[in-house]
Amino acid sequence: MKEHLFEYLLRLGDDSLILGHRVSEWCGHGPILEEDIALTNISLDLIGQATSLLKYAGEVEGKGRDEDQLAFLRLEHDYKNCLLVEQLNGDFGMTIMRQFLFDAYRLPLFEALIHSSDSQLAAIAEKSLKETKYHYRHSAEWVIRLGDGTEESHERIQKAVNSLFKYHVDLFFTNHVDDALLKEGIVPEMKAIHNKWMESVKNVFSEATLEIPSNNWEQSGGRLGRHSEHLGLLLAEMQYMQRAYPNMEW
Amino acid sequence: MQLAMEQKYSQEELEKRFQDKIDNDIKIEPNDWMPDAYRKTLVRQISQHAHSEIVGMLPEGNWITRAPNLRRKAVLLAKVQDEAGHGLYLYSAVETLGADREETIDDLHSGKAKYSSIFNYPTLTWADMGAVGWLVDGAAIMNQVPLCRCSYGPYARAMVRVCKEESFHQRQGYEIIAKLAQGTPEQKEMAQDALNRFWWPSLMMFGPNDDDSPNSALSIKWKIKRFSNDELRQQFIDVTVPQAELIGLTVPDKDLKFNEETGHYEHGPINWDEFWEVVKGNGPCNEDRINTRRSAKENGEWVRAAANAFAEKRKMRVAV
Ligand SMILES: [Fe+2]
Ligand SMILES: [Fe+2]
Ligand SMILES: [Fe+2]
Repeated sequence: MKEHLFEYLLRLGDDSLILGHRVSEWCGHGPILEEDIALTNISLDLIGQATSLLKYAGEVEGKGRDEDQLAFLRLEHDYKNCLLVEQLNGDFGMTIMRQFLFDAYRLPLFEALIHSSDSQLAAIAEKSLKETKYHYRHSAEWVIRLGDGTEESHERIQKAVNSLFKYHVDLFFTNHVDDALLKEGIVPEMKAIHNKWMESVKNVFSEATLEIPSNNWEQSGGRLGRHSEHLGLLLAEMQYMQRAYPNMEW
Repeated sequence: MQLAMEQKYSQEELEKRFQDKIDNDIKIEPNDWMPDAYRKTLVRQISQHAHSEIVGMLPEGNWITRAPNLRRKAVLLAKVQDEAGHGLYLYSAVETLGADREETIDDLHSGKAKYSSIFNYPTLTWADMGAVGWLVDGAAIMNQVPLCRCSYGPYARAMVRVCKEESFHQRQGYEIIAKLAQGTPEQKEMAQDALNRFWWPSLMMFGPNDDDSPNSALSIKWKIKRFSNDELRQQFIDVTVPQAELIGLTVPDKDLKFNEETGHYEHGPINWDEFWEVVKGNGPCNEDRINTRRSAKENGEWVRAAANAFAEKRKMRVAV
């Protein structure tokens, strides 16, 4: 059971870590100052979540690894984040769409995880839920604004949908890890999360006048450590200090 | 109200009343009468300050994605985000003087408006995050604490909020560099190298020597400035040198010595040629910094257009 919980915490923690890193790339480059600040807030929340989740993962694993060792010193295939979060920032529309598709999944997931039979996971979920509600509102509002803004913004955000939608199945990936944790009441049924996600996407897209792509192309593998080319480069940057100056304190 | 005042009093009387207020430490507020030169000086100074906050996000932003651990990453993000906030308050303060935020920013992008030259130096190692926080934010505090009592109300109030955060910035920077100075030989070397590169540019942050600073006297009379450039620089040196010594770093100035009689440090000559070159645009990063800000604005154009168009549509829908 410990192994399963560890694996599950890595999924959650790595999602926050990698997306937090991606969003932090915007700092200083936002399309408006207010949005620069908002994106940095989101990034800060995600880094905070990653810290709690990976710290707990290290405790569950019981091999003496702390949150920094897990965040900075694993090999690429040991990261269990979904493919969506590692995708490049692209333009602001791409970043917002990536965020929205993720927030729409994270919101019902944390809503469910606050009832987890694992009290520490429940506590992390509760804190994260407050943040995620704000993230969801922020990204959904921007999806609507861009979708129903100008012709150019509509085109750009629809392009982002077309390019990112294929990664959504990866969010709802489950295997024996989930089955085992579900039996213990630690994690919720993924089917229900998927349904809620679909509902949010449909509602927001309809207000934004956006369309779900008609092809059913699906990309997954993130939860198994099979990533896109982007993750390796992200890690090269993120791990630089820890790799170049091993075993030092900062 | 301003119009009524102008009709009632002669120019001379208006100026006298204005100076009386300043002499009695009564704040000048946006709707009060003020001399054109006072307004112009403030617009220039506050917008320069705002630009410095925003351009100042870039050298530190450069290390966010390479921060060595999660805690440092979060603290650095929060710090750089604060600078964005400072920029916002200050642009708002400029607007109270009748300047337009967008035009002000365009002046930055065209090179017409200046910003603090320190941000035209590159951040080459993680230790620079320490040096920048410790020295650059430290120097900013020296400059800005007296501005909390500046005669112009909105600027003074913005500075009160800003200064609280700047002291957190200074502390986190010092903490980074202190940690390195106590670390491995590589870390110590990294810390010393950062101090070597940032020391002199930090001293230049206070501006030219008093003899070469023609605008200063008027600014002091108007209580926009309270201390001269050299006074502030001296204060900075006196506070900072012992901090370097405390963590075993060497200030890169062979002429530096403590004068027992005056109780102040004496320092070697500052390379003002370098200072003026960087001000003119010939620093190591001037071009990159401006290009980065310009492309952030250009890449955001469609986003702002969309937000405006959307707001218009909603207004229409509500009106119907
Ligand atoms: Fe600042
Ligand atoms: Fe400042
Ligand atoms: Fe600062």
